[in-house]
Amino acid sequence: MKKLSLLGLLGLVIRRDLLLAMRRRADVLTTLIFFVMVVSLFPLGVGPEPEMLRKMASGVVWVAALLSSMLSLPRMFSADYLDGTLEQMLLAPQSLTALVLGKIVAHWMLSGLPLVLIAPVLGLQFDMSLQALWMLVVALLLGTPILSMIGAIGAALTLGLRGGGVLVSLLVLPLCIPVLIFGAGAVDAVNSGMSAVSNLSLLGAFMLFALVFTPFVAAQALRISME
Amino acid sequence: MAINWFKYSAPTTFYGLAGKLIPFFAWPSAILFVIGLYIGFFVAPTDAVQSEAYRIMFIHVPASILSMFIYLIMAGYAALGLIFKTRLSAMMAQALAPTGALFAFISLWTGALWGKPMWGAWWVWDARLTSELILLFLYLGFISLHASIDDIRRADKASALLAIVGSVNVPIIYFSVKWWNTLHQGSTIKFSGTSMHIAMQEAIFALLAACWLYVIAMSLARVRSIILEREANTTWVNSLPEVRS
Repeated sequence: MKKLSLLGLLGLVIRRDLLLAMRRRADVLTTLIFFVMVVSLFPLGVGPEPEMLRKMASGVVWVAALLSSMLSLPRMFSADYLDGTLEQMLLAPQSLTALVLGKIVAHWMLSGLPLVLIAPVLGLQFDMSLQALWMLVVALLLGTPILSMIGAIGAALTLGLRGGGVLVSLLVLPLCIPVLIFGAGAVDAVNSGMSAVSNLSLLGAFMLFALVFTPFVAAQALRISME
Repeated sequence: MAINWFKYSAPTTFYGLAGKLIPFFAWPSAILFVIGLYIGFFVAPTDAVQSEAYRIMFIHVPASILSMFIYLIMAGYAALGLIFKTRLSAMMAQALAPTGALFAFISLWTGALWGKPMWGAWWVWDARLTSELILLFLYLGFISLHASIDDIRRADKASALLAIVGSVNVPIIYFSVKWWNTLHQGSTIKFSGTSMHIAMQEAIFALLAACWLYVIAMSLARVRSIILEREANTTWVNSLPEVRS
């Protein structure tokens, strides 16, 4: 058997997960629709004054992104767990950490990236300025991968548990607060005419930090859950 | 003579030791509570700025310090359990979590009671309040993850991993919330000396010690119950006098 290189393995896992998701497009779409719906509900709840909507837009989009990424987390490993694929992955000679990283990337492409792409349209509903819209996209682009990475740990820990969906939110949401603060903060900084560099740098630092540690920790969590 | 350092890392031997140790922590704790509360409420002078309401801090400060400290101790035990696979460490982590959550809650509650007369609001989105609230969420996450896994070994390991991840995240959360917003007053006790009256200091240190001893006594008592619960089917538990009667 040919030995897979690390990148080859990553590519293989990502391609497989994307293909599986394309066979069941509804799962991906429901998350996206949920995101759009939550964001659209806010103006109905707080009133249509453009001044206030502009102010709260970034926060609303970020909270909605956080919630909808929680919604898709339980699916990250559960299908593979149920049909026994995950067990084979644990037995495979390749590094489990790399495998988990592949699954995280695939999860982000399916649940994070669509949100990033549709966020500017929702921003227009909130009458955001062009610079603020750009910043929202950049901040989401840096922040949503962190949600998938931290989420992977929660998804792995709650694998196969009763009520895993609610539990995973309970575990992961508090850990995601820094992302929310600096992600929404970047847009607010642009709105008040300041530089968003510090917010973006911190988001970038979180992402690198998470990229180094979370795949390993999630792999350990999977081993614990599969014992 | 060789000493067996690991003698008390077995639940069997620790159960008896913990039972003997509890009074040595519980009684001093109770006495220090009485002394500390007496000094705090009757001896310490009225504050020049905050009048009588400042006395809430005699409960608030020890509770806040311990809520943070207990999380670190809990994560430390969790790490020990994960690395050395000692069952007792996981039990200690499980025993500490409810007390930590309790102190985080007391800290928030007393903080709200203090905030109303001082700031004019029950709740302010200030850095320390917010991170204390998040700390309470982390405790609740730990407890509920442990409670929702039936297999006790998996529950121990999974919640241990969560506690370690949480302890790495706590400073990140603290600083991000701090940069986000700061309103809370700075610490008054510093290593370079303090501006507090001596009676206030005495009260606060007495109550801190009392809470500390309470935590130790409480977690020892709880770990004894956990040992009994987990080892209920073993002969040594069933031959204990308190179980047989």
